[in-house]
Amino acid sequence: MATKVHMEALSPTMEEGQLVQWLKAEGDDIANGDILAEIETDKATMELVARGEGVLRKIFLTAGGTAEVGSVIGVIAGADEDISGIAGVSGGGVTAAPTAPPEAPAEGAPMPAAQTLPAPEAPAVSASATSAPATTAAATLPASAANEGRVKASPLARRLAEEMGVDIARVPGSGPGGRVVKRDVEAAKASGVAAPVDTPATWASDGAEYEDIPTSQMRKAIAKRLVTSIGPVPTFYLTVDVDMGRVIEARKSINAMLEKDGMRVSINDILLKAIAAALRQHLNCNAQWHDGFVRRFSAVHLGVAVAIEDGLITPVIKNAHAKGIAQISAEVRELAGRAREKKLMPDEYTGSTFTVSNLGMLGIHEFTAIINPPESGILAVGGIVETPVVVDGEVTVRPRMRITMSCDHRVVDGAQGARFLQTLQGMLEEPTAILL
Amino acid sequence: MAETKTKKKRGKKGDVLDRYGVSPELALDLLRNMLLYRRFEEKAEEAYAIGRIGGFCHVHIGQEGACAGSIKPLREDDYVVTAYRDHTQAIAKGVHPNAVMAELFGRVGGASGGRGGSMHVYDKSVRFMGGHGIVGGQVPLATGIAWKIRYAEEDTVAIVYMGDAAVNQGSFHESLNMAAVWELPVIYVVENNEYGMGTAFSRVSKTDMSTKPVPHGVPASVVDGQDVLATYAHFRELIAEVRGGGGPRFVDLQTYRFRGHSMSDPVSGTYRPTEEVERRKAEDDPIAVLRDKLLAAGHLDQAGLQEMDDEARQIAQDAADFAEASPVPDPSTLYEHVWAEINEHGRLFFDGRDR
Amino acid sequence: MAVMTYREALNEALREEIQHDPDVFLMGEEVAEYDGAYKVSKGLLEEFGDKRVVDSPISELGFTGLCVGASMAGLRPVVEFMTFNFAFLAIDQVINNATKMYYMSNGQFPMPIVFRGPTGAALQLSAQHSQACETYYSHAPGCKVVTPATPADAKGLLKAAIRDNDPVAFMEGELLYNVKGEVPEDDDYVIPLGVADLKNEGSDVSIITHGKMVHVALQAASKLDKDNISADVLDLRTIRPLDMDAILETVKKTNRVVYLEEGWPYAGTGAQIVAMIQEEAFDYLDAPILRVTQADVPMPYAKSLEILAKPSADRVVEACRNVLYR
Repeated sequence: MATKVHMEALSPTMEEGQLVQWLKAEGDDIANGDILAEIETDKATMELVARGEGVLRKIFLTAGGTAEVGSVIGVIAGADEDISGIAGVSGGGVTAAPTAPPEAPAEGAPMPAAQTLPAPEAPAVSASATSAPATTAAATLPASAANEGRVKASPLARRLAEEMGVDIARVPGSGPGGRVVKRDVEAAKASGVAAPVDTPATWASDGAEYEDIPTSQMRKAIAKRLVTSIGPVPTFYLTVDVDMGRVIEARKSINAMLEKDGMRVSINDILLKAIAAALRQHLNCNAQWHDGFVRRFSAVHLGVAVAIEDGLITPVIKNAHAKGIAQISAEVRELAGRAREKKLMPDEYTGSTFTVSNLGMLGIHEFTAIINPPESGILAVGGIVETPVVVDGEVTVRPRMRITMSCDHRVVDGAQGARFLQTLQGMLEEPTAILL
Repeated sequence: MAETKTKKKRGKKGDVLDRYGVSPELALDLLRNMLLYRRFEEKAEEAYAIGRIGGFCHVHIGQEGACAGSIKPLREDDYVVTAYRDHTQAIAKGVHPNAVMAELFGRVGGASGGRGGSMHVYDKSVRFMGGHGIVGGQVPLATGIAWKIRYAEEDTVAIVYMGDAAVNQGSFHESLNMAAVWELPVIYVVENNEYGMGTAFSRVSKTDMSTKPVPHGVPASVVDGQDVLATYAHFRELIAEVRGGGGPRFVDLQTYRFRGHSMSDPVSGTYRPTEEVERRKAEDDPIAVLRDKLLAAGHLDQAGLQEMDDEARQIAQDAADFAEASPVPDPSTLYEHVWAEINEHGRLFFDGRDR
Repeated sequence: MAVMTYREALNEALREEIQHDPDVFLMGEEVAEYDGAYKVSKGLLEEFGDKRVVDSPISELGFTGLCVGASMAGLRPVVEFMTFNFAFLAIDQVINNATKMYYMSNGQFPMPIVFRGPTGAALQLSAQHSQACETYYSHAPGCKVVTPATPADAKGLLKAAIRDNDPVAFMEGELLYNVKGEVPEDDDYVIPLGVADLKNEGSDVSIITHGKMVHVALQAASKLDKDNISADVLDLRTIRPLDMDAILETVKKTNRVVYLEEGWPYAGTGAQIVAMIQEEAFDYLDAPILRVTQADVPMPYAKSLEILAKPSADRVVEACRNVLYR
């Protein structure tokens, strides 16, 4: 029976061996255990031992040749045995030059283009808190402090923020190390702080052209209410341009006085006081149209428009005419805060006799507001703008502010409205007049 | 000279079969078996050398007599447990050589589906209970199988093989003790080839092998494993004793290993002298011992011997061919047979497969 | 409903299973004539005889291997380790043989064998007698691990374990044996493996645990309740197979998890559960998952030190507050 002579694994790591020399020749008698050849392995030169007996009939791999472990390099068989069916490795006699190592696969894909994430938008609204009237929308708290650009948030918070449409980068975190957690996201949602209103959204990847947002109760209420205003109410508008230099000075000295109490008042607080005082002198603007009569109020309950998430609400400073600026300031702050948390009681946002709306902090110079029925007037206050004006024949730069009054002509005539505005302007340009 | 010496050791020419109560047919069968084991193991060595078999591979070359002689007297329903030098014991117990070789090759046609390898050949259908890798770990298993025999009041017998070094394991002593206390039908067989891997037994034991079972109350005997007829006769009696309720037995089955401990270990050199190996191969080959007896007694001639050997080689080659052709296990079977029972509730796998 | 101790529940389970299946037998140290070191096998020798209830020599490796061999030959042994601390001597037979043989033999040798005994600490038994051993068995594929905390669970799960065709490490507790509880008066009360049990229901935090620590978790839940914090206490009952659905359900409900175990922290059961929760419920986590474990020291003898080393309800409460950011 024929015995194939194989290139054997003569070391555990050997994969191929080189035949150094045959110690037997074709035609030699072979006994089981005879040394047939010397093989050079990856480690040393080893002896290849015969595993059968007979005659070394065929040598396939000659001296110097290299073959892989397992390949047939010779045949031992009976002298007359037919071995034509046995195939062996060919070659040999070549030098030990190894075949060139296989090429590293050349299909190395190019590095995928770095995905660019949309750059986080800087909040469009200035974050200066000093002169921010309480009525500005989206008053920004400082973005989650000291984050070095990376937001620490729990996985749940991230998911909720995404679901709720809250910009997690602007949510202050109450967890360890400033981690934003679920309760922080929920709070941010409620107060509208981190509503990404001003951040232009990246294009929705599915390219939708519009989005239908279901109307909330608040929006329905505003719509219903104001449709009944500008529609049926015959409205006209009066604008004055006020020099705010004295108010600015007055504010400084008032705040100096209040410093020891840890309080500050804003321009708007002073403005509200002035409006209340002026209305006391023009109660015909502090009135309501009713079927068959006009109700004229002697007390001034000022509605202060506050923008909140998804809408607008007007908490009321009751008896504003009788309250000092500091008290008005505190009340406005407190009511506005709770307004944003949607925690006002109904009697806190109803019962105003006149309303003030200030969009100065959003960069508006001048606008017209819609009367809050059943009131008969509303003031739209713009921002203080350094403006070149002519004073005593010379051009100078003054801080100027525009106030536009909308009047219900059924209650207030043009002259009446104008006189009220004159009084108000006088008070603002000379604040001591408020004391009268 | 050498011939006389051999004869003197093995018994007088001519009456050798009678002495052991063995028929010529049986003796020829034993020779046939041993030749098959030899050629099978040689083929396994060759396959290992060309990378068809990986890992550990422990061949039985030189110990065929111990294997053939001790397993032949067993009944088909008796149990065999062994360590990791298990290829020929598996064949002797009835596992087809094809299935054993395919197991070594790690193929689907293997006795253990390619999942066990050389050290873990299992075949429940012929009560070949493995194939175990931890030295001495198989000894309590056999004790437990014998426990079951007694529990079920059956009349079968369990036989367990171990190397000489295994008798130093705690598991050996604990097993013999329990077998004696509970009178279990188990035969503990030490294939004593004098070396535990590379350590001579005398270096790791203060007392002789024959003393090992004594403190536990298990009767001991000793037999020359290179004399397959003596081995056969010895075990024939012993198995009958145990089957008859005689309790456990211990056998020091003396033999010799012609190769290294495994394919990765040296035949000789630092731990045993090369000339000792050569001498034992020349004088103590169990195949040669029986062959010479049978030739001398006229029960066998050269032609018959050649035919036997050719047949053995052919079976071995067929086994290698079968193994080569047998498919590798399908990747989809990786997770099979981890759990005998997949529970209705809860996850059993934790590498993501169950999710 | 009957009220009985955990020990009595186990006793009933053993009795019922030995009666119900002639292949089931119990072997271990002192289980027969002594009625069991912890009296779990009380009365069984008398009822079933010494073939079914067998006193073994002190040869953990030997008798465990014997039972594994008996299992190969078709019996269904229940091996008692006086405590799992001693089972280290036998772990070669459990892991290398019982656990792996079904796979190595390509399905020829299923191993319907139960290894049971107390695990974990008792009172001042010192380091070698106090170790929690679950992870040594749950690590290897092929071995199931069960850890009942109450008498009802002990009974139902031991019956299931004995009937299961795989090796099961059934882990009891010395401090559990006297715990009383209701057990259904059922002819054949079996709880399937792989089903966890919500032992307390809440919505603020999930305390997931197993074994005797369930009782510590319930104490913690009760303390939290006084501060208006409600906790889910999920008792895994089976470590492998594992009821991942129940785990995910509680995590999604509360968003915060504390794992409580009496073992050590490194690669403990909790470490595995934490890995899986963060993989499969990442977006539901409002806080990292915390573990309350034994202190990373061998168990000391001195009472004061042992108390420090063991997990306590207060430590669980603290961990819960931590994940609630309160």
